[in-house]
Parts: sequence; C-alpha cells; structure tokens
Amino acid sequence: MSTLPVVFSAFQTRKMDLLSNKWIINLIFCLFFTGISCNSVENKIYVHLNYSIPCVRLLNATHQIGCQSSLSGDVGVLHVLESEANLDWVLQNGPNPPYMVILDSTLFTRSVMMKLKTGSSRVAGVVVVAPSSNPAEGFSPHTTCPNENSGVYSESYDPALAHCNVTKWNPLGNGLSYEEYDFPMFSLKDDNDTQAIKQCYYDHNHVVNGSSPRYPLCAMQLYSHMSAVTDTATCMRRNGINFSLNPETVCDPLGDFNVLASTRPLNYTDKGHKTGESVVIAAARLDSRSFFFDIAPGAESAASGFVTLLAAAHALRNATQDAQPNRTILYAFFQGETFDYIGSSRLVYDMDNKQFPLDLDNVHSVVEIGQVGLHGESKLWVHTDPVSRRNSSVNEEVEKLIRNLNSSALNLSLSLQEPSFSQPLPPSSFQRFLRARPIPGVVIQNHNSSFTNRYYESMYDNAEYLNMSYPPNLTPEEQLEYVTDAAKALTEVATIVARALYTQAGGSDPIQLKNINADSQMVTQMLYGFLVKSNNSWFQQMVPSDFAIHLRDRPTNFYVGVTQQHSEPTLLVQYLLANLTGTTVNITQDNCQNQREDEDDKESKHIYSYMWVQGAAPPNSTERVAFCVRSTVRLSKALSPAFDLEEYTSKDYSTWTESRWKSIKGRIFLVASHELEMLTLGVGVAVLIASLMLTYIISSKADILFSSGREPTAATY
Amino acid sequence: MTAAVFFGCTFIAFGPAIALFLFTIAREPLRVIFLIAGAFFWLVSLLLSSLVWFISVQISNKESAAQQKGLLIFGVVLSVLLQETFRFAYYKLLKKANEGLLTLSQEETMPISIRQLAYVSGLGFGFMSGAFSVVNILADSAGPGTVGIHGDSQHYFLSSAFMTMAIILLHMFWGVVFFDACEKQRWWAVGAVVISHLLVSCLTFQNPEYVASLVPTYVILFLMGVWAFYSAGGSLRNLKLCLTCKDKDLLLANHRPR
Repeated sequence: MSTLPVVFSAFQTRKMDLLSNKWIINLIFCLFFTGISCNSVENKIYVHLNYSIPCVRLLNATHQIGCQSSLSGDVGVLHVLESEANLDWVLQNGPNPPYMVILDSTLFTRSVMMKLKTGSSRVAGVVVVAPSSNPAEGFSPHTTCPNENSGVYSESYDPALAHCNVTKWNPLGNGLSYEEYDFPMFSLKDDNDTQAIKQCYYDHNHVVNGSSPRYPLCAMQLYSHMSAVTDTATCMRRNGINFSLNPETVCDPLGDFNVLASTRPLNYTDKGHKTGESVVIAAARLDSRSFFFDIAPGAESAASGFVTLLAAAHALRNATQDAQPNRTILYAFFQGETFDYIGSSRLVYDMDNKQFPLDLDNVHSVVEIGQVGLHGESKLWVHTDPVSRRNSSVNEEVEKLIRNLNSSALNLSLSLQEPSFSQPLPPSSFQRFLRARPIPGVVIQNHNSSFTNRYYESMYDNAEYLNMSYPPNLTPEEQLEYVTDAAKALTEVATIVARALYTQAGGSDPIQLKNINADSQMVTQMLYGFLVKSNNSWFQQMVPSDFAIHLRDRPTNFYVGVTQQHSEPTLLVQYLLANLTGTTVNITQDNCQNQREDEDDKESKHIYSYMWVQGAAPPNSTERVAFCVRSTVRLSKALSPAFDLEEYTSKDYSTWTESRWKSIKGRIFLVASHELEMLTLGVGVAVLIASLMLTYIISSKADILFSSGREPTAATY
Repeated sequence: MTAAVFFGCTFIAFGPAIALFLFTIAREPLRVIFLIAGAFFWLVSLLLSSLVWFISVQISNKESAAQQKGLLIFGVVLSVLLQETFRFAYYKLLKKANEGLLTLSQEETMPISIRQLAYVSGLGFGFMSGAFSVVNILADSAGPGTVGIHGDSQHYFLSSAFMTMAIILLHMFWGVVFFDACEKQRWWAVGAVVISHLLVSCLTFQNPEYVASLVPTYVILFLMGVWAFYSAGGSLRNLKLCLTCKDKDLLLANHRPR
C-alpha cells in the first residue's frame, strides 16, 4: 500500500477545501455586515431606557451622599406620583410594593424626598422627569450654607460669623444633594420615551376608585450599583487591598487642574518665594454641580464669573504688554471649588510649601469675580472680610482697592457698592487665601446679602436663566455673533474689573486706562460656546486639532469629575486664555509642539507655553491656517492636599471622592403575579413527577407491551 | 419572570424527555452513543437549513412584510424537509453500522435492535430540537419581566414549554414509525410522517393563538403515539394484559429473565 498517492490526493483535496472554505467564509463575512435584525425574546419583554442620568455616590471624610442600588438592580412597580398626598399609596396603602416612583419636577421637593427616604423599604427607586423650562419658584438642591466648614469662618476665626449665622447665602437650598438615599434615582427628559413610560403606567397600573390594579403590572428596573461605601478613608483603604492580580479601585478623588496665567512670565522651575515680586491675583471659579451626575450647566454660578475674567484678561492684553505696570497680575481659574475649594486650597498649599514660583508673601491683593450675572439691575456688590479688615494696614489696602473699582466704574452704566452692614464673605476661593494669611481682597457679586441666584448648583442654572435670548430664526453662526443683553452686561463688568486690575497693579497712564475696554463680541461668543454649544466656529479656531473633535453640540458640563479625567471646561479655558492673552509667534509646528523657539532653545519651556492651534480657514479655501500661540498659561494640579498627605479624615482640606460603578442602565417591562409564577412551577413539577412515574412503569413492563411482532431469538429487551 | 417560572418551564418542556433518558437510555452506553449521534444529525440539518435561510434573508427585500412572511414559511418547510432527509440518512447509516457491528462483535445476536435504534434516534432528534426551541426562551424567563409590554400574550413561556414537550415526544414517535416504515419498505408511512411534521410546524404559524396551535398539536401527538405503539410491537392485548396485572403469569410461562 503506497502512502504517497494517498497523501498527494489528500493534499489536493485539502487545497480545494481551503479555497472553497475561504470563499464561504468571505461570503459569510460580507453578508454579516449587511446587517442582521435581532428579533429575540428579550425585545418582547424589555424596553431599555435610552437617555438616563443617574445620581451617583460621593464620599467625604465623614459621610456618603447620593444614591445606591442593589447589585442586580432594583425592580419596582411603576407609580406616577400625582400629588404629595398620593404618597400614601406608595408608603402605606399600595398592595404591590416596592414601587418605582415617577416624579414630575414640581414634586421633587425636600418634603417628598424625605418621606420617600424614610419609607425606603417600599420604595425601589425614584425617577425625576426634568422639565423643558425652569421652574419659576426656584430650586436649589445645594445646602443653605455652601462650603460651610472649609472656608475661613470657623469657631477660631470668628464664632459670630461661622456657619452662616449672619447671612444664609443660599436660602432656597433644600440640601437634597447632600442626603444619602438607599434607592437609585434617575433623571429622564420629558420626551417620547418618558411619555411611553407614563402610558405604560396608565394602561396597566393606574388605579380607579381605590380598587387594586390587576396583574400584569408595569415595572421598571434600575441599575446604578456604587462600589464605594461609608466614607473616603474606607474606600481609599479598599483601593489599596490586593486580593487578586487586578486590584479593584472603588473610588477616585475629585479634582482636575487650575488654569493660571500671568502678565509677566514666571519661571516655573524657580519655586518658593520670589523677592521683589508683588502679585495681584484675579480669581474666578470654573466648576458647578447639580443633583444628578455629569449635569452642571453652571451658567450664573460659574460661567458668568470666569467669562468676565477671560474678557478682562483680553482687555488688559495691550496695556500689560506695552508698558508693564509694577505688579504682576496672576489670572487664576480654580476647579473644584464647589467641593470644599479643591483648587484654591491646593494653590495655597503649594504656595505655602514652596511648590509654586510664588509665595503667599508675594501676594499683594486678591480680586475675585463671583456670580455676576445681571438680570436687569445695574448694581454690583463688593464683599470684603470684616475680620481681616480689623487690621488697619489691611483695611487701608482694601479701601484703596474699592476706590480703584469705583473709579473704574465711572462713565459706565454699572455702579459698585459695598453691603451696608458688616457681613462675612460669601463662599469664594478668597476665603482659602485668608485662612493662610490676612490678605486684602474683595469678592464681586451680584447680590447684597443672600444669593439672587434661585437655581444655585442645580440643573436649571442654564442659558435660559441668564436671559441669553436670541431672536428666532437665526442660524447657529448668527447666534454665535449676536450680542445678547447678558453679554452686554457682562462686558461692562469685565471692563470695570480690567481697569481696576490695571490700577491695582500700579498702572498709572490715564490714556491706557481709557483704552481698556472689554469686547462684547468676544463675551457673547464665549457665552454661546460655554452655555449653548461648544462646537462652534470660534472655538474651533482656537483649539488644537486633537481637541477639536471633543467639542460637542451641547452646553459645556462644568462638573469637576475625577482626577484622571480631564474636564472639558478646564481645557477650553486654557486654550481661550492662551489665545486671548498670548501672542502669535512665527515658529514651525515641530518647534511649537516641543515647547521651544528653535532647535537650541532649552529655557523657553519653563517660562512660556506654546500651543499649535487650528486657526481659521481663509475665505477662499477650506484648509485651516494653523499657527503657534505663545502665552504664560499653565495648568496647575487641582487635587486636594489631603490625598497627597494621605490624611483622608482631614478637616482642613477637601476629601471628596466619587465612587466607581460597573453599569448604569434601566429598563421597563411587565411583571406577572406571584400566583401565576408558583402555578407554573407547580405544573412543571407535576409534569416531571408524572412523566417519571409513567416512564418507570412502562419501562418495567416493556417486555410485555412491545412483545408482539418480535422474533424469539431477537435482541435483548 | 423569575426562577420559579424558569424551573417550571424547564420541567414542563424537558420532563418527559429526562424521564425517558433516565430510565431507558442512561444505563446502556450504546444507546447513549446513538442518542448523541442522532442529536448531531439533527443539528447538521438545522445548520444547513439555517444557512439557506440566512442567505435568502440577505438577498430578500427587508422592508416588505409579505415577502418576509413568505420567506419564513419557505424556511420552515425547508427545515422540516431537511430534518426528515437527515432522519433517512441516519437510518441508512445505522443499517450499515449495524452490519459492521455484527461482524465485529463476538456474539451472535445484534447488540442493539433496529427498533431500539429507532426509539433512541427519535429521542436524540427530539432532545436537540427541544433544546433549540426553548433554551433561549428559558434564559429570558429567568429575568424579572414577562412578555407583554408590546401587547403580546402573557402565556408565551408556558405555551412555548408545552409546545416543546410535544415536539420532543413527536420526534420520538416519528423516529419509531419512520424506521419501521423504512424497514418494511412502506413508503406511504414515511410520507405520512413527513406530512404530519409539516403540519405540526405549520400549526405554529397560528401563534399567538396558542389554543389553536397547541390543541391540534396534542391531538396529532396522541395519534402518532398510538401509531408508534403499534409499530413498536405493542397491541391492545398486551396493554390489557399489563393493565390487569396478568403479565406475571406470562413471564413465568416464558421463563424470561428480567
């Protein structure tokens, strides 16, 4: 038997098989990608929620806040809450607990939520339907005294001013964001999907005249299981445990970067006190929050302040480049201020510990721009700290600063005034500077005593609240260019601030002073970009190409987020500040991206930062003309010192962390009654037992039953 | 819906099949082997018919509902015909294998009769067919929801389980009748098996009118069961003997070891 021809023929057939296999596989792949519709059983049972925003768990040194679901999701029978009295159905009378309560935004109040919280054994979850327009009476889920324990007003500083004893800054605050809930809470938009959910309720669950609804009932399941528990110290300890090859992180600290720029370049390798340097810090905050995760429109609480400061920095560009005033102006945009002043506490810590090219002794004064959105009024309020002003030298400087501000406001329609009675500072980054040293400074706000912002740190603090109204039928490009009333008002504020900063920095040329004017076109473009749509042509011109794809067709989200993730506003402000205060330099892209002027330059990267931005396309072509911008803009880390020092129970620094989670989703479906399920199980068991018995009987009698027609010598039965 | 529904439907669908397997097949290794081979043959027939179905769906016009319905009917008919073709192919294979086994074995008698092979192969077909019918439905029945949010009937899981039980038992009866008819060259009986299979499959187009599809299926199941009983060598006399417990005398008379 020769093996060779066998092998040869086998090889040939294998080659043919390979070819035909390849052909079949290619055919299958081609057909696969033409799209297959999946008609599975799951689609008959579940309807998945497309757009759902959860409330997540945040932890600090002592508490955990936010919501938690069980690991396999919480299932509850839907109930649309009609009024607060209807809560009795959910909490006591309803026959099919637990319930998944659907609230309209008018019922999302403290009393309803506290009742739901106490009855949480019968509550599987809460869904809040966000309205399309802001509620008229105001809503603020933040506390009445924001950042109560992390500012400067404590028992040791001045007990009479601590804990908002003099003025409750946020009187409308109901503190809902800072409560702990045992059930998941999601937010849905008021659109067709939500209508379908409510329709499911009305079809199956709705009760008429007190009779109980009949099965099957409409139910919802929400998944938002949070990994971290108790407080920051516990979850940071659990982060470090190595149970397996992949240690699982359960929480991350909140933080991001502060954006800093200066009128005179600072050498960032030369840290610590700088002799002879006297700096005026112009500060604003960058972040905001709301009850739900990753929604933080922050129009008045954040955007009004930093947009004004950006416009002021741009207005001061020419004045500080031609003839530099004596003092340097440091523009500081702090991130994480909502969560116990993460950014400003970090900067003060760095300054105190020689981690920054300046020292707190170098700081001459602080001008902070708080919430300055004006809704028709023409007065701004200048807040100061009464305790530090008891020192006569500090008081003198503060009064000089206020005079500068007032003189800058001459010939403009706005006026600045101090509050009539002795009042502590509102929540502001300046408080952290005061904790370290008594520095003269002011905080500019639009309110005399309590906030006028009715939607402080809520999802309603948006462009609509700032009165950014555009005429109808404008294209996005036209809307970008249209100067709203809000923009006009903020331009005036920016002009006042810029002129005051120029005078405060020692500038004395009156012609220069008169020429300092903020550009209303720029202000309205910035407001549009941050509060309406960040993917617009103006922003596109000023960012590098790899960031341009991250610009979105919706408002910027100002939530600070965890340290590892760069938040969009920080980067946008960085690029804007670079373009608005920097200069264009004619160097190659390679040099620009390597932070040097030419091949031999090793020094510039310590002083300046270079950015290769996309630029605009000239009118006759579609190719963008990119260029290099040189500026003094830096990002400085905004992570609370508590995490570097590993003091997770610190009372001095922010200890906020955000829990991690695996999946966040929700779905609705019908549930059958318990009786029907047990009946099915009973029938199944009965069928099984009956068939077992029958088979046993038949197989034992098989000889007899199947005996006819068989040969006697046949097989083994 | 929950674990209760999951186990209930599993027991309904696979209860008789498990009982049959436990008491008649599990102890005999040869029967287990032929059961699994039968299941495999059914699987191959499903693979071929699904390949044809897949290609034809891609070629077709996805928007037209009438065309999709026609395609579904075509797919079902094709699948039934392929299954029966593979049943015949398995029969041929088993005949050849039996001859081979006989020459190889040292005993004079065949280790397994063609009648037992018919039963085992039918049950193998039934197991695999039942598994493919119902396992994905059982997987979804373990979740918290039940069918109905888009208006479908609530009794989906229960009726699927009962249908699967009927199909498994039907495959077993069809196997017995089919092999017996092939042995005796009665081609009309083979045709009757194919037609009854087609009938049962086409009855499922009545869904979601579950009564209209389940009741005729169980009638056909009963009729096929009676036919298979007679084909396997049963008779009314044997049945009467068993029921009135006169079988013990028969045993003693024939001296058969149990």
